[in-house]
Amino acid sequence: MPALNAPNEATGPSAQGPAPVEIVVAYGFWIFLLSDIIMFSALFASYAVLSGETAGGPSGKDLFDLRHAAIETLCLLFSSYTCGLGALAIDRRRLLAFYLCAALTLLLGAAFLGLEITEFAGMVAAGAGPTRSAFLSAFFALVGLHGVHVSIGLLWLVFMVAQVAAQGPRDYVLRRLHCFSLFWHALDIIWIALLTLVYLLGSR
Amino acid sequence: MSPEKQPDSAPGKDPDRTAGTIATYTAGLGFALLLTAASFLVGKTGLFWPPGVPVGLAVLAIAQMGVHLVFFLHISTGPDNTNNVLALAFGVLIVGLVVGGSLWIMLHLNANMMPAAAAMEMMH
Repeated sequence: MPALNAPNEATGPSAQGPAPVEIVVAYGFWIFLLSDIIMFSALFASYAVLSGETAGGPSGKDLFDLRHAAIETLCLLFSSYTCGLGALAIDRRRLLAFYLCAALTLLLGAAFLGLEITEFAGMVAAGAGPTRSAFLSAFFALVGLHGVHVSIGLLWLVFMVAQVAAQGPRDYVLRRLHCFSLFWHALDIIWIALLTLVYLLGSR
Repeated sequence: MSPEKQPDSAPGKDPDRTAGTIATYTAGLGFALLLTAASFLVGKTGLFWPPGVPVGLAVLAIAQMGVHLVFFLHISTGPDNTNNVLALAFGVLIVGLVVGGSLWIMLHLNANMMPAAAAMEMMH
């Protein structure tokens, strides 16, 4: 009867040694993204609980402009698309195409952020700031945190473009870029939940 | 399990590097746009039975998240993706517990809360 764990017998993937670095890095970043989504889920839960507690103040029906939200959604969707095309371009070492895609991603992301800041400023000016009611506190915390993520993503993209320009498409630059595109696509997923729960259900 | 088994693939990586990946992203964008348009149609126009609208919106949103996972993050059901899918499943479980549990508890608390008038009565 053969020994179960014969030392020279390869059994399963672990017998091939450690996974390549790019897979370990992307998997670790995937775990981070999931934990980030779990953090968002707590804010989603508090928004869902508090969305009716307007304390006599304005409700979502009075405040939300769906045309505004639709344009924001389009900005994020198309920036996700150009981000994906940019990842394909840099994988094939087409630097010019990559720069073009990165610029478009940056522009669309900045447009989204500009629209969101305009919306927030308008709400605060109309007396519907985060201190007005529990509903508005939850709204600003949830949507604002997504906006902070988008801002960090834009900053990150600027750094990545600078790294590609300064150091070329080296392995570690490509790994970081890959993590960036995962981050950007994950933000889009969070925005879908936001659009549905906050804007579409809230303005009914 | 053969020793030549492929290593795991990273999330977001297309292991085969097939020629049609631009087509994949374009298809994903198309599906996402269609589902977004459907969400606005369901949510904004009064075409649908009102009590069913939240359920419809939730289904459309979950479908669009699936589109993003498959076409943009390249999460697949292949054997090289098992780790990614398991991590995702665990994340979905926790999100479900946090959101569902909070709503369940808070709605029951609201339902069991004594009306304000009755509470005032008891204090005197």
